Amino acid sequence: MTDVTHHMPEPKIVTSAELDTLAPSPRELMRRRARSHAGLIIGMTIIALFLIVAIFAGVLAPHDPYAQTLSNRLADPIWGPKGNWQHILGTDALGRDVLSRLMYGARLSLYISFTAAVIAAVIGVTLGVTGGYFGGKTDAFVVYIINVKLALPVFLVALSIAAITGGTVTVLILLLGFLTWDRYAIVTRSLTQQMRDQEFILSSLAAGASHLRIIFRDILPNLMNHIIIIVSLDMAVIILIEAALSFLGLGIRPPTPSWGLMVSEARAVMFFKPHLIMIPGIAIFILVMAINMAGDGIRDVTAPEGRG
Amino acid sequence: MTHFLTRRLLIALLVAFTVSIVGFALLRLSGDLAAVLAGEDASAEDIARIARQYGLDRPFYVQYFDWLFNALRGDLGNSLFTHESVWEMITSRLGVTVTLAFASLFFGLLIAIPLGVLAAVRANTWVDRGSLFVAVMGQATPNFWLALILIYVFGVWWRGATVLGVRLAEIKIFGVQLSGLPISGGDSWLHFVMPVITLATFVMPAVMRITRTGMMEVLSSDYVRTARAKGLSPTKVLFKHSLRNAILPVVSLAAVQLGFLMSGSVIVESIFALNGVGYLAFQSIIRIDFPVVQSILVILACSYILLTLFADMINAKLDPRVRLE
Amino acid sequence: MSGGSVINPQDAPVLEVENLSVDIRVPAGTLHAVSNVSFSVRPAETLSLVGESGCGKSITSLAIMRLLPKAARLSANKVLFEGQELTQLSEKEMSRLRGNRMGMIFQDPMTSLNPVYRIGDQLEEIYIRHKRAGRKEARERAAYLLEKIGIINPGQRLTQYPHQLSGGLRQRMMIAMMLMCDPKLIIADEPTTALDVTVQVQILQLLRSLQEEFRMALILITHNLGVVARMADQVAVMYAGQIVEAGSSTDVFRRPTHPYTRGLLDCIPRPGQSSARNKLGSIPGIVPSLVGDINGCSFRNRCAFAHDACSSGKIELRDLQQDHIYRCLLPAETIAAAAQETV
Repeated sequence: MTDVTHHMPEPKIVTSAELDTLAPSPRELMRRRARSHAGLIIGMTIIALFLIVAIFAGVLAPHDPYAQTLSNRLADPIWGPKGNWQHILGTDALGRDVLSRLMYGARLSLYISFTAAVIAAVIGVTLGVTGGYFGGKTDAFVVYIINVKLALPVFLVALSIAAITGGTVTVLILLLGFLTWDRYAIVTRSLTQQMRDQEFILSSLAAGASHLRIIFRDILPNLMNHIIIIVSLDMAVIILIEAALSFLGLGIRPPTPSWGLMVSEARAVMFFKPHLIMIPGIAIFILVMAINMAGDGIRDVTAPEGRG
Repeated sequence: MTHFLTRRLLIALLVAFTVSIVGFALLRLSGDLAAVLAGEDASAEDIARIARQYGLDRPFYVQYFDWLFNALRGDLGNSLFTHESVWEMITSRLGVTVTLAFASLFFGLLIAIPLGVLAAVRANTWVDRGSLFVAVMGQATPNFWLALILIYVFGVWWRGATVLGVRLAEIKIFGVQLSGLPISGGDSWLHFVMPVITLATFVMPAVMRITRTGMMEVLSSDYVRTARAKGLSPTKVLFKHSLRNAILPVVSLAAVQLGFLMSGSVIVESIFALNGVGYLAFQSIIRIDFPVVQSILVILACSYILLTLFADMINAKLDPRVRLE
Repeated sequence: MSGGSVINPQDAPVLEVENLSVDIRVPAGTLHAVSNVSFSVRPAETLSLVGESGCGKSITSLAIMRLLPKAARLSANKVLFEGQELTQLSEKEMSRLRGNRMGMIFQDPMTSLNPVYRIGDQLEEIYIRHKRAGRKEARERAAYLLEKIGIINPGQRLTQYPHQLSGGLRQRMMIAMMLMCDPKLIIADEPTTALDVTVQVQILQLLRSLQEEFRMALILITHNLGVVARMADQVAVMYAGQIVEAGSSTDVFRRPTHPYTRGLLDCIPRPGQSSARNKLGSIPGIVPSLVGDINGCSFRNRCAFAHDACSSGKIELRDLQQDHIYRCLLPAETIAAAAQETV
């Protein structure tokens, strides 16, 4: 019997970078897809721009958003007949600089939507994973709670409570967080159910891991991608709801610059200064669209099989 | 089938019951109703007086069961401001809201489903990407903003605008001169044009995407491959075999959307001053007319539950795999 | 083995394929899924396309039916079906042949049947479409076929939905469906792979008897050599999109010549022969990428007999004996002798 090892070639050391080119890991494949996904890149870029404006509004804004100049009300924007660089986007009915209010509005929208989305995520994921993992009566109870939540008319409940308690930022965050968790619960419950029956969970159990450990070490990391996607969708919805609440006068109260409030304040002069409703509306539109595009992009990149 | 239905009905009843408690509680627990009703400068005695007057000083469960027993007998109480029967107020306005909801759903589906099918059949072409982009835009448009834009365009700009030498104000559609659609009120179908456009824009994106995803899945399925291998005509493959399967999730979504439309019409009705349940809800919320508000909340929740039940039934009818569970 | 008594060698072939190639556009370039495949099938004859996953056998069958995905390009010298050149037919004309003169049975009967329609409906529609018959006539034909297939209570079965039937029953329904219009050619793509072993035999026997009765040509695609041995008159072994060996099944099994075919047969455990001393063979390595032009022999990185000449140029098919061909540079005797040495 010949010694087979004589003829074996020397093992070649393959660096991880080379390995990625030869047999790309799933993460590397994702990175490649992400680099060429137009929607994701555009969406993220726009979000980043809004984020910068929101964080540095104090420095970037040309004026104090609350400063009224009653002598210079409804000034034209830069493209109007008497427009000037003092107020690029003009002033509103109380002489406040529109551009500055727009920038602070970005801060408000991003802050409220992100925080509320995180709260919703915590509630929804806790419920969903608990129901999906433990099954049985616990799950039945979770499904029941989800159904109750789904039946509630979100906007009306938000309107009612905001009317009674007043529309402070904290109230809105809590309200919207407690009203939009259903999608997190539904998706994480379904995914947890699927994972629970898979072998890697069973082997962890056989090795003596506690339920909590399994949930945090095995299940949650696998859910993160989906949670992030839902956070983006949720943020978009929350921005729209908050804008609508403020528009109706029951959300953010004046003089705080919420974009929805800016639209409602401009409604009275809408017919001869239409740009005053257009500008804040466009801001909402662009930000929400960017968040949706980014969310879709993340979904395409992390699970590219036939997503719509 | 009946076992399936009874079980669902019982669960629905339980959920409805819970929702009524939640709706009732949310109003009372989010703040001291009596204090809010009394106003800012009220004294402690004023507040106590108001609490007694409206029964707000009683324990929660007493208030709730009192309301429940009356509600089950059809008595939803009276408005704090107009003193009319709440039931009367709601039912007299239901017609407008329901019409608005159904019309919006109809036109939304009319555009969304064919668009979704087209996008799936021409997947990854510019037709597909274009439709997706339109859907994303629709999802990002705040409805109140769209309503105002429509008012500006159709209410004002239309009257004076000239496109390609044609004065838009003089164009007639179905014999009706569209020179400036009415901005408020609800006397004729013209008053519903802009509201329906606004709400249909809300419905369209989600339906279009679900249709597209569903169709794409179905078009690449094994049974559609079999249908092609059978030499069936392309129309048959598309409609009988593909669409029939892809439409299943759309039905459930449509029912849910109808529910949203009923409650989401608050904004649209308020802006266009349509005398519907949404507008009533808004007015009542502003005035903290809580008998009206809580009744509307509960009624809307129950109609949502009924709609999802209905959607389940349609689903069972359309999908034989569900029926025999 | 196969019972070729019904085959008449004088019959003109039902299907003649010459130099069929399928190229698919992929981001990395052009994927040569099928390269220069040629074969023919006579009435009542069974040709088996054998090979591992990805060798191109399924794509070949889809190419014949012209059911390829949009990104695929078909080219061939000829694809003659009943004397008609299939590549020149319009889609409309092609759809009139499918399900009518030629039929296809797929691997998984659960997903291949439409879940929302009754079985009867799915059988009848193919008859109504091609024969311009009424529903009643179609129903009678369906019931007749189900009886022929050995299904008891056909009337009741026709009113059922696919998910109400067992796997074997579903596959029978697929077969019945494709037989409705009395086709002259049936392509069966792994028809028994998704079924239980006991049911597999029944389905194969059923195909066999139907073939003899209706004088249908059958192209049987499979990776299971046992199925081939049972059913096939002719065999074509495919590897990496090319035919590497072809001939009558008797010849190929008795004298497997191409190293890949030899390897495949070595992999089959034989009762009484395989033991600790006679090791079960395996073919080391994996199938090469099909993207980019073919240079040399596609099998060389897994072949025990490969040498330098195998790396370049086109490896052509060569004759072993009458109608038994293989694609290799080495003469058959050399391979056989070399194989003896390495045992």
